Amino acid sequence: MHLAYPAVLAALLFCTGLYGVLARRNAILVLMSVELMLNAVNLNLVAFDVWLSRTTRDTLHSGQALTLFTIAIAAAEIGIGLAIVLAVYRNRGTSDIDKLRDTAEGHETDGPDSDALAAEQAGRAGKTEATA
Amino acid sequence: MTLSAAEHGFLSPTGVEIAFLLVGLVTFGAALVTVTTRQLVHAALWLVVTLGGLAVEYLLLTAEFIAWVQVLIYVGSVVVLLLFGLMLTKAPIGRSPDADSGNRWAALTVAVAAAAALVWVVVDAFRTTWVDLDGPASGSTAVTGASLFQNWVLPFEALSVLLLAALVGAIVLSRKAKAESSSPPVNSRAVTGGSPSVPDSRNHPIGGQAPAGQSKSAVQQSPAEQEGAR
Amino acid sequence: MTTTTLAVLVPLLPFLGAVAGLLLGRTTPGFVRPLAVVPTLAALVLAVLVAADQGGGRAVDAATELTPTGSVPIELSLHLDGFAALVAVLVGVVATCVQIYSTGYLRDDPRYPSYAALVSLFTSAMLLVVYSGDLIVLLVGWEIMGICSYFLVGHYWETPEARAASIKAFLVTKLGDVPFLIGLFALATETGSFRITKVLGAVAHGGLGHPTVIALLLLAGVAGKSAQFPLHSWLPDAMAGPTPVSALIHAATMVAAGVYFVARLLPVFEASRAAMVVLAVMAAVTMLGSGLAALAQDDIKRVLAYSTIGQLGYMTGALAVGERGAAVFHLLTHGAFKALLFLAAGVVIHAAGTNSLAAMSRVSNLRDRVPDAFWTMTVALLALAAIPPFSGFFSKESVLGAAEHVVTGHTEHVPAASGWITLVAGLLTALLTAAYATRLWLLAFHGRGAEAPDHGRQPLTMTVVLWVLAVPSLALGGFTFRLLPDWFDGHDLTPTLTTSVVGTGLALAGVIVTYAAWRHTTALAARVPLGAVAAHPEGDAGLVEAEAIASHAPAYGGVAHAPDPADPGRLLLGPLHRHAAVGFHLDAVYATLFVRPVQAGASLVRFLDREVVETYVRGAGALPRLLGAAVRRAQTGNVQTYVSALLAGTVVLAVAVLLVATGA
Repeated sequence: MHLAYPAVLAALLFCTGLYGVLARRNAILVLMSVELMLNAVNLNLVAFDVWLSRTTRDTLHSGQALTLFTIAIAAAEIGIGLAIVLAVYRNRGTSDIDKLRDTAEGHETDGPDSDALAAEQAGRAGKTEATA
Repeated sequence: MTLSAAEHGFLSPTGVEIAFLLVGLVTFGAALVTVTTRQLVHAALWLVVTLGGLAVEYLLLTAEFIAWVQVLIYVGSVVVLLLFGLMLTKAPIGRSPDADSGNRWAALTVAVAAAAALVWVVVDAFRTTWVDLDGPASGSTAVTGASLFQNWVLPFEALSVLLLAALVGAIVLSRKAKAESSSPPVNSRAVTGGSPSVPDSRNHPIGGQAPAGQSKSAVQQSPAEQEGAR
Repeated sequence: MTTTTLAVLVPLLPFLGAVAGLLLGRTTPGFVRPLAVVPTLAALVLAVLVAADQGGGRAVDAATELTPTGSVPIELSLHLDGFAALVAVLVGVVATCVQIYSTGYLRDDPRYPSYAALVSLFTSAMLLVVYSGDLIVLLVGWEIMGICSYFLVGHYWETPEARAASIKAFLVTKLGDVPFLIGLFALATETGSFRITKVLGAVAHGGLGHPTVIALLLLAGVAGKSAQFPLHSWLPDAMAGPTPVSALIHAATMVAAGVYFVARLLPVFEASRAAMVVLAVMAAVTMLGSGLAALAQDDIKRVLAYSTIGQLGYMTGALAVGERGAAVFHLLTHGAFKALLFLAAGVVIHAAGTNSLAAMSRVSNLRDRVPDAFWTMTVALLALAAIPPFSGFFSKESVLGAAEHVVTGHTEHVPAASGWITLVAGLLTALLTAAYATRLWLLAFHGRGAEAPDHGRQPLTMTVVLWVLAVPSLALGGFTFRLLPDWFDGHDLTPTLTTSVVGTGLALAGVIVTYAAWRHTTALAARVPLGAVAAHPEGDAGLVEAEAIASHAPAYGGVAHAPDPADPGRLLLGPLHRHAAVGFHLDAVYATLFVRPVQAGASLVRFLDREVVETYVRGAGALPRLLGAAVRRAQTGNVQTYVSALLAGTVVLAVAVLLVATGA
């Protein structure tokens, strides 16, 4: 089999995921797109591992091992990422990425409000701890 | 290899190549739908198709162990997690008109440019490279296991530590968010109104189930209580 | 100990005393008075020993070069001739008297420790100037005196007069010091050395290329330090300082330094006839102007200040006729009686509670309150007026005699013009000096009116010093004019008959005219009540004087004069009185010539800075601000935009690298 087939497919999948990361509004959809990119990389790793193990008698199988590691890391990443998205959603009431603009310049109406909210919550938490 | 590559043109594909090409088309199409559909749950389901297609591609590349791991972890758990996430964030069911942000055209430009550059480079580099898939499978469970536990033991164990850390981190993140979000100040008065067991709440550490309102009432009552203690 | 060792110790002891006083003054107040008096006294004793060792014989020279300093070497050197030995003794006597007097005068002053230390430092600097054989080392002492005078004149810095006076003293003397420094460098460049002996040797062999330029440059510094016209205006204002400081500055240090310096380098000046004439004109203008101004002053200390300027004019005149022996002779006698005058004036101000002669003339019995001051001041005023046989007579006659020698053609290396100028101005000044001395004496001690308040006896430290200084005022001239030529250049200092008769006659005429005028005007005094006394007459003398200085301008309308019709000076001067009282408007001229242009320049610079330079600065800031605003628009807070830009850049870079790598 031509190595170009899996390589081109991996490139196309990667760019699809790239588009999703850049264009999707919902944070969970962004996470899905990240998964797509990771899988594109995995496909590349597997294809080149197969090619190398056949041509150079390589018994290390580093590509496949790395693929397994990537899958494990992707699982961890999706867990942490979802936890963060959930926390953001509970704090802000939304998981839309383009509404989370605290770092924006000149958006004072957003910043102080959320800051005040957070300060209020922190103050309340501190009070409960003090009394507890 | 170059000799063998010269024998195999793109215009006379083998059976494996045809199968790979067809499954690849399905996979790519499903990926495109995943990143463009307006229905969020459908996006997750199309992702299943994409990941499954990739598993088939792994099989075609004789990496069978990875293919099954792909099915188990991605299709089995990751997508389920994603669906849970969608539900917990109250993602709208049905078509949502604002699934794409205003950044779409910039994203499209960047993605197409990146794709063009990558495909050009990859084709230019590997158009004559031939992978011989005959012979024993290079990615069978036995081979992969042997390589993993002979050469990759230490990274494997390190990875398990990383997974543990991710597990703990995810729990901490979710738990803290829960503690902060589960303190509705509206019904605090209703909860504290004349409840005889309220002073006891001072002896318990504030956990997830201890509303802030209760401790607030404890603040109000504590002076009288201290008087009584004297 | 050798003479050299003794001579090194003389300036060193007061310096160490000053350092110790400054260090210990705050922590151990008990040591302050011994630390002030003892080193100065020891320096006096050593100076006397040095003078005895030197004995007017050959000059003692000692030099050591600490480190090579380039083309013109600077050496730590001593040059002890008769002039240096005697002037050092004078400095020691006056400084010791001033230190002892100050212990009583500033009895309760909280800043006495720093004051005493500065006086010691001042003394040390003057002794350094006197003994130094190297011009740069001399300059060091010269400049230390400048800064010490700034601090000491500003001792009562709570009063605006003292602050202004100290700054004025510093600036005016520095104005002279800049050309002085240039002149020193020019002198050393032309003669190849800073050593006075080598400089004089080079001058004697005609090694000086531009004597007039150098002499005039040096003369500017001398005029600033010795308060000669036109840089004299700081000296009357310096009366805002404590009286002992005035005594020190006027009698022995500071102003004497300029005259002493010219005396040392007289051959340099003699090399240029133009410089000698300039010196003579300067002396004549200074003498006459100060004599007239002294007649119009109301502040007793300002009268004495102008008299100092006038007597310094005599010394400059003596130098202008090439007779440095007479100049230093007058410097010695003047040092004695001027110190006495100032210290006695301090006692009088303390007793009267005012520094105004107009107010004193309305108080009777002042002389009975301060008999020591009255008698010693009478002696000193007689010496000032050059009445024989007081010391001032002999020294002044030696100056006039030297001028007469020049006029009659006995001295060929001095232009006759300077002889004539000095002689005429000196004789006229003798008249004026006698007049203002008489006026001072009559107004201060022969007032009529209410009884002077009795504040008890003056401290012993203040009165004893007066009698100590009265001895040289009385007898220094008469006993030494035959001995001094051995110490000096050997020229005869005996008074000549003609000038003696004319000078004494003019002085007596001045006395009589002033007395007549006073008899004529004194009846008016009762009709115009006038006077203001210090608020705390029971305080120490320094406090009383500070209050008197501070209250003079509000009470009498000016620091210099009072609207007193009973003043004989007003009658004598006529329409000139108004101008003489303000020092012939020299300060106004300076204000027009220098202060206003500088202020206008400053406002111009301010305008340029505010409007021109700052515009460029603001313009330079505008572009970054615009760019910043543009960049700020990119900070939308949308993470996806950021990542898009990042990845677009990555793609562009990757493609560029590929193109370069493939050689396309």
